[in-house]
Amino acid sequence: MIEFQLDETSGVATYLQLVQQVRQALRMGMLEPGDQLPTAQQVVAKLAINPNTVHKAYRELERDGLVRARPGLGTFVTRSPSGTDPATQARFLAAMTDWLRSARAAGLGPDDIEAIYRTAFRDCFTEGAA
Amino acid sequence: MVSAVIETSGLGKAYRRTWALRDCTLAIPEGHVVGLVGPNGAGKTTLLSLAVGLLAPTCGTIEVLGEHPAVGPAQLAQVGFVAQDPPVYARMTVADHLRLGAWLNPGWDGELARQRTGQLGLDPRQRAGSLSGGQRAQLALILALAKRPGLLILDEPVASLDPLARREFLRGLMEAVAERGLSVVLSSHLVGDLERVCDYLIVLVASRVRVAGEVSALLASHRRLSGPRRDPATLPAGQEVIEESHTDKQTVLLIRTGEPVHDPAWTVTPVSLEDLVLAYMSQANGTRARRPQLGVVS
Repeated sequence: MIEFQLDETSGVATYLQLVQQVRQALRMGMLEPGDQLPTAQQVVAKLAINPNTVHKAYRELERDGLVRARPGLGTFVTRSPSGTDPATQARFLAAMTDWLRSARAAGLGPDDIEAIYRTAFRDCFTEGAA
Repeated sequence: MVSAVIETSGLGKAYRRTWALRDCTLAIPEGHVVGLVGPNGAGKTTLLSLAVGLLAPTCGTIEVLGEHPAVGPAQLAQVGFVAQDPPVYARMTVADHLRLGAWLNPGWDGELARQRTGQLGLDPRQRAGSLSGGQRAQLALILALAKRPGLLILDEPVASLDPLARREFLRGLMEAVAERGLSVVLSSHLVGDLERVCDYLIVLVASRVRVAGEVSALLASHRRLSGPRRDPATLPAGQEVIEESHTDKQTVLLIRTGEPVHDPAWTVTPVSLEDLVLAYMSQANGTRARRPQLGVVS
């Protein structure tokens, strides 16, 4: 069972924070198919948030096929997120690290690099994420 | 179709010649936790008092759960109300309050009342006057929940509580929502108090409703734009300016729009609920007028 945390300064909607934490836990192997997510009741009791927010997060995960709600029993993980083949991830991590090193060697500071990354990211995934 | 828990049309309340609430037209759908936010004196207590039938409208109409407020015992039994300053009797014990609640309310859930008092560690023999502020608020909440209302209305329930008691109170309230799916309307002059719990928001300023809607829809339809200085009158139709500020070089706007913003001159960022509420409040206060321009030497 995982425990949710909230970052109130992140500006990310609460339900999205829950969705992201489940995805993250799946990627890192903290959650596996068959595992149960905390019930809305449990999440509400810990975080003092609106239960509808929890339902909304779980519905989104269910739409993505990652979890399934079993009436009267709870919500269970059905599979891990696709496209998370570890070899592919490692390849892109290595490429990104190389790129960062060369940017730094060319004299770019962390702020410059972040600005470039953000611009490229936005061009690639225009809007939609908010 | 989801039915409305509170529906008003042209609702107004005047004290002598002063309007405490004006032109209020709302339809709050069922199953939400509704935050009623606005500065002190905006009309929040007036609206809530109209909803529970403690006040009668000067003009317009209000229906609560499909009926006139306080029209009869059946309607009253459906609505729970916790007034500002937790309404408990200082000389009565916790157990006395529960007995009184059981005696006054036909649908009283004694099991729920006992269970919640136990969970909170409230001593049944203690007088309400010697409870802490947080405990008094919790006792008032227990009384309101144990009558098993379909709609629970709370006026500034956490204003007088310290941060820990505030969190505990909202936790208790949200657990009740999770258990029984009741609709809740609660007011506060601070949106930060309500940000975690509300999924529907009404901003009330200077006796008028400025904006109302589901929080997710409100956040999706408001954006902050920053870019080179520009006259907001040149914005495309459909982008309504809620707040603007300018320097000699730069313009920052908070806009409401149904469409994505494509103009590459703008840096577009999402807004927080607090930014959104503050923008509507300052708009109403008339501080939207352009600030003196900085950096201009004459």
